[in-house]
Amino acid sequence: MSASIAERPVVLETKALCKNFGGRLTASGYEGGLWAVRDFDLTVREGELVGLIGPNGAGKTTVFNMINALISVTSGQITFYGKNLVGLPPHAITQSGIGRTFQNIRVFPRLSVLDNVRVAYHPHAGYGLFHSISHDDHFGQRERELTEKAQDLLALFNLQDRQNEIASNLPYGEQRRLEIARALAAEPKLLLLDEPAAGMNPREVHTLMDMIHFIRDKFKLTILLIEHQMRVVMGICEWITAMDFGEVIARGTADEISNNPKVIEAYLGKAGRRV
Amino acid sequence: MQKSRFHFLGQSWLFWLSLILIFLLAQWVLMPRLSEFRKTAWVIFPSIMAIICLGLNLIYGFNGQFSLGQWGFYGIGAYAAALVTYHWAGRVSYLIKGIVVQLPPLLQKLIPMAQIELFHFDAGRSAVLLFALLFGALLAAVISLGFGYIVLLRLGSDYFGIATLGFTIMVQVLIINSDQVIPETKGARGMIGIPQMTSFFWAFLFLILAIVVMRNILYSSVGRAIMSVREDEVAAQAMGINTLKYKTISFVIGSFFAGLAGGLYAHLYAFLSPGYFSFVRSFDPMIIIVFGGLGNMTGTILATFLWAITLEGMRIWLPQGFEAWRFVVYPIVLLLMMLLRPQGLMGRYEVGFLRAPKWPLRAAAQAEVKPQVAPAAAGNPQSEEEKLS
Repeated sequence: MSASIAERPVVLETKALCKNFGGRLTASGYEGGLWAVRDFDLTVREGELVGLIGPNGAGKTTVFNMINALISVTSGQITFYGKNLVGLPPHAITQSGIGRTFQNIRVFPRLSVLDNVRVAYHPHAGYGLFHSISHDDHFGQRERELTEKAQDLLALFNLQDRQNEIASNLPYGEQRRLEIARALAAEPKLLLLDEPAAGMNPREVHTLMDMIHFIRDKFKLTILLIEHQMRVVMGICEWITAMDFGEVIARGTADEISNNPKVIEAYLGKAGRRV
Repeated sequence: MQKSRFHFLGQSWLFWLSLILIFLLAQWVLMPRLSEFRKTAWVIFPSIMAIICLGLNLIYGFNGQFSLGQWGFYGIGAYAAALVTYHWAGRVSYLIKGIVVQLPPLLQKLIPMAQIELFHFDAGRSAVLLFALLFGALLAAVISLGFGYIVLLRLGSDYFGIATLGFTIMVQVLIINSDQVIPETKGARGMIGIPQMTSFFWAFLFLILAIVVMRNILYSSVGRAIMSVREDEVAAQAMGINTLKYKTISFVIGSFFAGLAGGLYAHLYAFLSPGYFSFVRSFDPMIIIVFGGLGNMTGTILATFLWAITLEGMRIWLPQGFEAWRFVVYPIVLLLMMLLRPQGLMGRYEVGFLRAPKWPLRAAAQAEVKPQVAPAAAGNPQSEEEKLS
């Protein structure tokens, strides 16, 4: 089993990824400041479901933001299917096949549910400003195709009846689903989920776990997931990387991680070891 | 399919036919009953103003970039178009003799004219005007492309507002001193000798085109990209939207509209004064679009006409000797409006064809086999917790 996994192509690889906030750049590197992420290595292979865990402030979201280029990389490498990502603008990274959701939901609040998804289809719309102005037959045809794709996607997430609703009017759980649907509309190969279970009740968490498995199989995705709730990560992730204070403290399968003394210490403090 | 039917800019022949009817009704029934002053101040001028306001609403209301620079592009469009017609309008003339129809007395009750002229115009002069307007608008668009790209690359919304305010001031100073390079503009004394050519026809034509073009852009993928930048720039980037590109596109389109409006304005009063292009005036379009509702086309058009008609109308409505009080009444109205209806006159409500096209629910999609991805009706979370742990 593990041999077959090793043969799969590497989707995402980070090497010695660092992020420094507020430090001064000197001849020997950055001095002072806060190292939000330090020497972060991660290898994600095709079809895997990888979890990234750690207590608050461990630097998990910072890693996501660096992969997405929403914040700059201080040093280190990020490659996606062997291609370098550092230095590319965020939209180019998304267009190359990395979709993401946000920890605090960021749907477009005043757009309709359907438009939220259709925004993400924009790079694949197949018409430009000219057709947008002229609204000709080419536009009509492409727009219909695009809308039907968006509606199919919404139907998968059981949001098809809500398509004309303003996104901010949706309840929390539906906004979460909408955000995932929107991320999938960008047609990613790798999906980054930032705390998808945040603020969900246990029942919703349960269906969410099913959903994550389902979308991975249906869209042939590789998923990298940040999670706070250990139950979610332990339940669905094949490989887990644990972080604390910007550094990797443990890697391995769910069982290995849950028994790792460093992870227990990071979550529960030194006293936690004795438990 | 019904696609083979006539369509222009996505609208059916019925739409265009009814617009022609509305135009003829206004031209023959309404306009002859208005004095020259009211015709200009209540109908033609607000139509021009509506074009620049629509452009500004695209930038601020739909794209979320606070711009005070539209007034500068308005000035650029006005002077550029005026310079073209100043030189060429008198030289090119090709009169088209249309049909003159004598009206029967019965119809004269409705149309207060003895005869109406159909297709009776100077094609040469009209062509020059059309070229001048396009030249002014394109010049404004090209300048806004350069300015917008450089400034938007670095500055966010509020700072962008200050930079564009600076642009408007700069344009006015350039206009005042422009006679050193282009003597025809006569600098601070104001430009005269512009042919008076902006009729109700031109104002109506370009207002309708501006509305339809703007509507088409908004209800397309480009429009959704523009609006997503306003909604959440970070999320838009993460969805693969090149935010800088769409900020620049909406700024350039808005400036094109402003330049077009400027050209129409120049040929309305046949006089251009640099004082009119002062930055203080650049707040007028801003006030109008906030009043009408940010991100609302119907509100913008309605607010422009309300603004122009009340502001000029108060000269007549207020008692003799109290005309100056209109600038007391006007801010009070604005204040009340902002307190009572901060979302603007129309809020989210759009009229008729300006409404977003609704897509029918997809029957095929609902039939597709899908797992229970969505949570079922919320059960008792307590019992679920026990089951899971």
